[in-house]
Amino acid sequence: MTTRKEQHAITAIEDDSLFTFAHYDPEAAERTGYSDYSYWGSTIRIFLKNKTAVFLLILMASLVLFTIIQPYLPNQKDPNKIHIDPETGYQLRNHSPDGEFWFGTNVIGQDLWARIWSGTRTSLLIAILVGIWEVVFGIFIGAVWGYVRQLDALITEIYNVINNIPNTILLMLLAYIMRPSFKTMVIAMCLTGWLGMARFVRNQIVIIRDREYNLASRCLGTPTHRIIIKNVLPYLVSVIVMRIALSIPGTIGWEVFLTYIGLGLPLETPSLGNLLNEGRRVMMSSSLRYQLLFPAAVLSVITVSFYVLGNAFADAADPRNHY
Amino acid sequence: MLKYSIRRILQSLVTVFIVITVVFLLMRLLPVEGYFTERVDKLTPEQQEAILRKFGLLDPWYIQLKNFYASLLKGDLGNSIIYRPNVPVVDVLRPKIPYSFGFGIASLVLSLVVGLAMGVHMAKEKGRFWDKVWTSFVVFINAVPAAVYLLFIQLYLTHITKLPILFSKDSFVSCILPTISMSLGGAAGYAMWMRRYMVDELNKDYIKLARAKGMPNKDIMVRHVMRNAFVPMAQYLPSSVLFTISGSIYIESLYSIPGMGGLLVDVIQRQDNTLVQALVLIYSVLGIFGLFLGDILMAVFDPRIRLEKEGGAR
Repeated sequence: MTTRKEQHAITAIEDDSLFTFAHYDPEAAERTGYSDYSYWGSTIRIFLKNKTAVFLLILMASLVLFTIIQPYLPNQKDPNKIHIDPETGYQLRNHSPDGEFWFGTNVIGQDLWARIWSGTRTSLLIAILVGIWEVVFGIFIGAVWGYVRQLDALITEIYNVINNIPNTILLMLLAYIMRPSFKTMVIAMCLTGWLGMARFVRNQIVIIRDREYNLASRCLGTPTHRIIIKNVLPYLVSVIVMRIALSIPGTIGWEVFLTYIGLGLPLETPSLGNLLNEGRRVMMSSSLRYQLLFPAAVLSVITVSFYVLGNAFADAADPRNHY
Repeated sequence: MLKYSIRRILQSLVTVFIVITVVFLLMRLLPVEGYFTERVDKLTPEQQEAILRKFGLLDPWYIQLKNFYASLLKGDLGNSIIYRPNVPVVDVLRPKIPYSFGFGIASLVLSLVVGLAMGVHMAKEKGRFWDKVWTSFVVFINAVPAAVYLLFIQLYLTHITKLPILFSKDSFVSCILPTISMSLGGAAGYAMWMRRYMVDELNKDYIKLARAKGMPNKDIMVRHVMRNAFVPMAQYLPSSVLFTISGSIYIESLYSIPGMGGLLVDVIQRQDNTLVQALVLIYSVLGIFGLFLGDILMAVFDPRIRLEKEGGAR
């Protein structure tokens, strides 16, 4: 037989209000030393505070989306179609920008608007393929280089040899030997692009490798690849993302350079590099200069945006800037 | 120090050897058409074979390699094929070397001076107007491909300043724009790192102590911050040599400077294999030498750098 008092206590416990979730109170949490710090939460929060970066992110996202859907929009022209002037029956050469040809036509009468977006597509595709390869291969080599002691000396020597040759020269030689095409350009850049990433990952891994928790992991018999993937690489994610962002302007720059020295893509494959090169040929007459200015403007906006985005992300991802 | 230098020299020599061998073997992968001065279809198979034999291209690769090294030691890099048929490569290059070196060294010095000054200025004005101006400049130079902004410098600055658009031997003013253009990339790099190292240094405790002691701001900057920030800068010297090399290839051809970089673009377009091979070798050796010099310089500048190989905690 329960007393009245006890019965009262039981009803109080059954009261629903006692079983709701407690809200997080930062002050109360501080007293017990708990923190709701989340690495990605802070990174994203700080990134979003950077108004320029957010603007550029939106700009780039819409630009990438636009280059993908542009050919399917109504009234778009084929980038390789040579337009004929209906009055004279000749090719519509160097037609200044107007309502029909938004960016004008080039020296043989192709629509520059279509060529620029097609070229942006090609250049971004090259940049992204090379960027992905740089990450996959660079991280793999870097991880092995940093973690497997027996291979350290060997890979260091290989790295020294390749790194000692100016990148420009190496890239030129490879492109020269393999004859220009989309495939060979990607291959040539992939062959040289992973070096920086591998070296960076290696240095980081050497620093992180012998921390106590990794030592403990190794003592418990965790296999090497698991330690690398679970314990070491998460540390590097932020910087890796940054390097992908920075490798895009880099790759586009190499493409422009290779095109300039005559090792670029054939003209049927428009790219920002060969559009610029075409524009350069006519740049001396100021009425045709639009053929250089439009591709240069698109290219500059893309490269500067990715560069700034990469740096802004790196700043946001640096835990020293978190609070 | 001596031991380190010797080891580093040996290492560089091994690298040179490997690079020469690899470049030579890679060039052997090229189609042989590049060795004919006339169109291939105009030659009978016997003539083709005779030409290939003359160049020693029918020998197995190791004999070719041996012959190549033998003539290399005599200073013979072969004859040009298409650019100036049958003229020894060495004679083609000789008049061009002074131009490349002149412009290279002038722009290296200019980029160092301008870059460091800019970096110091940025660190001093940190967060204020000029810092932002220079930072945008650095971002622009780093992000936009050199091939684009250099073209626009040539196009518009020559127009604005009335400087000549092409290089000519007798006019000094025609050297100004190419030299400035060549130094921009290096200067932007120096400025960025100098600013970063100085800002890092400024946040250290001993600077606070110096301030607390009442040391004048100028003295702190010159005696403490700049001196310490200079040391890590030394490691960017070698990479700026590489920068200048790649810059020179583009700029020499843009301004028609009769140097090696412009020549390289020219012979790549004309597919003169022996000249391409010779120039690639020269530039690679220059690159190796530049990095070697940088490592030695860094060791000289910073007594804290341990030169001997160490086991460490690894």
